[in-house]
Amino acid sequence: MAAPHADQPSAAAGSARPASGAPLLELTGFSKSFGPFTALDAVSLTLRAGEIHALLGENGAGKSTLIKTMTGVVQRDAGVMRLEGVPVMPRSAGEATAAGLATVYQEVNLAPNLTVAQNLFLGRQPTFLGIVREREMRRRARAVLADFDLDIDVSAPLESYSVAIRHIVAIARAVDQSARVLILDEPTASLDAHEVEVLFAVMRKLAARGIGIIFVTHFLDQVYAICDRITVLRNGRLAGTGTIAEMPRMTLVRTMLGRELAEATAERHERADLSAAPELVRLEGFGKAGYVAPFDLTLRRGAVVGLAGLLGSGRTETARLVFGAERADSGSATLDGRPVALTGPREALTLGFGYCPEERKTEGIVADLTVRENIVLALQARRGVLKPLSRAEQDEIAKRFIRLLDIRPPDPERPIGLLSGGNQQKALLARWLATQPRLLILDEPTRGIDVGAHAEIIALIRTLCAEGMALLVVSSELEEIVTYADEVIVLRDRAHVASLTGAAITVPAILAAIAEDGEATANAA
Amino acid sequence: MTVKLPRIGTAQILALAAILAINGFVSPQFFDIRLQDGRLFGSLIDVLNRGAPVAILSLGMVLVIAMRGIDLSVGAVMAICGAIAASLADDHSLVVTLAAALGAGLACGLWNGFLVAVLGIQPIVATLILMVAGRGIAQLITEGRIVTFTDPGLAFLGGGSVLGVPTPVVIALAMLALTLIVVRGTALGLMIEATGGNPRASALAGIGTRLITLAVYMWSGLCAAIAGVVAAADILGADANNAGLWLELDAILAVVIGGTSLFGGRFSVVLAVVGALIIQAMNTGILLSGFPPEMNLVVKAVVVLVVLLAQSPRLASLGLIFSRRRS
Repeated sequence: MAAPHADQPSAAAGSARPASGAPLLELTGFSKSFGPFTALDAVSLTLRAGEIHALLGENGAGKSTLIKTMTGVVQRDAGVMRLEGVPVMPRSAGEATAAGLATVYQEVNLAPNLTVAQNLFLGRQPTFLGIVREREMRRRARAVLADFDLDIDVSAPLESYSVAIRHIVAIARAVDQSARVLILDEPTASLDAHEVEVLFAVMRKLAARGIGIIFVTHFLDQVYAICDRITVLRNGRLAGTGTIAEMPRMTLVRTMLGRELAEATAERHERADLSAAPELVRLEGFGKAGYVAPFDLTLRRGAVVGLAGLLGSGRTETARLVFGAERADSGSATLDGRPVALTGPREALTLGFGYCPEERKTEGIVADLTVRENIVLALQARRGVLKPLSRAEQDEIAKRFIRLLDIRPPDPERPIGLLSGGNQQKALLARWLATQPRLLILDEPTRGIDVGAHAEIIALIRTLCAEGMALLVVSSELEEIVTYADEVIVLRDRAHVASLTGAAITVPAILAAIAEDGEATANAA
Repeated sequence: MTVKLPRIGTAQILALAAILAINGFVSPQFFDIRLQDGRLFGSLIDVLNRGAPVAILSLGMVLVIAMRGIDLSVGAVMAICGAIAASLADDHSLVVTLAAALGAGLACGLWNGFLVAVLGIQPIVATLILMVAGRGIAQLITEGRIVTFTDPGLAFLGGGSVLGVPTPVVIALAMLALTLIVVRGTALGLMIEATGGNPRASALAGIGTRLITLAVYMWSGLCAAIAGVVAAADILGADANNAGLWLELDAILAVVIGGTSLFGGRFSVVLAVVGALIIQAMNTGILLSGFPPEMNLVVKAVVVLVVLLAQSPRLASLGLIFSRRRS
């Protein structure tokens, strides 16, 4: 049940490694555009030898693009990269590895069906007259892994080992190929606390040898547990950089989210008196091992509960558990005081729940079907196969919601894939509103949509709430949450860490709770 | 739903018309139809009659393919069900014979559906199992012989006629109507198209995708059983080695010609049947023209190629580039 993060004292200033003054890797002016979209805008980064450097940012901040342009997977539009003062410009991942720049991805890019030894020496096997010297390869593999205090059977297939060991094998392979810079892209996302410690030990060892490590993670505790310096990207730009002493949690979170305390004066609606609002759903000890730590949650009619936190904090995961898209393995749920089982979307639909997922394209719309068909889908699913909505009923429902939500173009027979993001989102809302849900779960309802639709969706949330619907809204737009939420639950590292209600719902208070700044939380509450 | 047909089915119907016209050209008596002993005869009737088994198979296949699946086992299921029908026909009533044969088809479909929907095996592999094993099972049923029967009831399903129309054609038309009622008269069609188009989104919208997958493979099994019975009734016997051999490929081809993408989603039952008729019209035309029957396979391959090229998104974008250059 342990949340997959290291229980390290958060204030500790990392390990005291001497980082030499001369930069090992220096990036300046890295830029990359995909069509009209600027993914990277003149980003710079300096990595010293023996340094563990956190690369942080929210979704779409440009972390992946930066890594891809560094390692030649994607060609940059502009920018200079110097490795120990020498300009390098890899054109492929292979060239990057040859230059000394190795990347280990979250999904380890090795062959799970091959043995550990084969994976370590894939493409550079010791041979004699063209024949692979298996025994020599195994001997060398053992020697390489011994360096990492890993004593495993190197002739067993890689897939027979845990994800942590696979990561270490991938790292060992990279280091053995004389990597001087190691990029670890969210290596800890699927590791438990102990495995994270094992990985950290390896990282510290490599840093002590003078290897520079760029560490991408979403877990702030881990940043303060192991890193020396931090670089934060936001919207493709460099948002801030500094040592961990220069960037305490509050500063870091604010830098990542781009919020200033002074900005936080957004208008607010009259918050519902939570104790008076009738209870609809109550979850107790609800959770799933390795997914979200058990939490309590009460959803009331006519009240909006907002879920706030950084990417990967467990916001989306909480929403999916409530809807049953992911099945909880602990806790109990009641609806109107009666116990219910949230075992899947079908059950949730029957209970009167609706869910608009964050991934609109892959989990929301059926691109080839028309707007009308997409809108009636959930209602039809609830009625069952044998009670089809007549074409006239479908047309009526589609037209009603197209008018109500101002979906454009107002053509129910247009394939939904041809609509803009905002209009797709409205159609998905219509899909659930057509079922007249009692609880509506919205995951990032305003992401990637234009300003006009944005305002309309927020107005709609308020209207639905006023009509007595219970809402659970995930959003990374804190100003937005503040305007409509009656309770804000803050998540960090896949656990619910704070609950703010009434006047305590302010952007600074949410930021403080995300950053685990105890004092600020207390003051705000 | 049929309102859309003229718009999306034009290409297929034109293709069928073109092939029939070519047939009429190479064989002037192609369109002659005469009534003899209360039954219609003629090349055109032959196309319908010979095309019936593949048309029936394509009714199941189109739904499976719309769900992003594929059913390679239908040819083997035809052999199993034909063998069962032929073995039981002379000693049991027609009702028992048909119940056993169709029940076996449903069981085969349930097996395929179980592998795909419950165990999550890729459809091509899951149905390959029964494709290989099924022919063996059929041979076990016939004990390696060609089982013949004389029961007039069963024979009527292959060689008889209703109001002059050959029974296989009547059965195919009835199955077409039944399939249309099942998928378009209920919400099943919408759910199949949604699930094929985006399985994750459909499951999150509360559609019981697993149950629908199971049902669709069972429907395909039932269609294969009916096709198998018709084929056996036609030759008054069951040949476990050759009954339905390679017909799964014709059925897949019929569906693809009918415009249903192998990536799932939108489907048209009627156009799949038109696809089956296109294939049979080609076969008949080549026979009538006096070309060696080997040519049949080559011509078929060319048609597949043309259809796939027409569906290729890459070719479409190439075409776009060319048209831009020209303008």
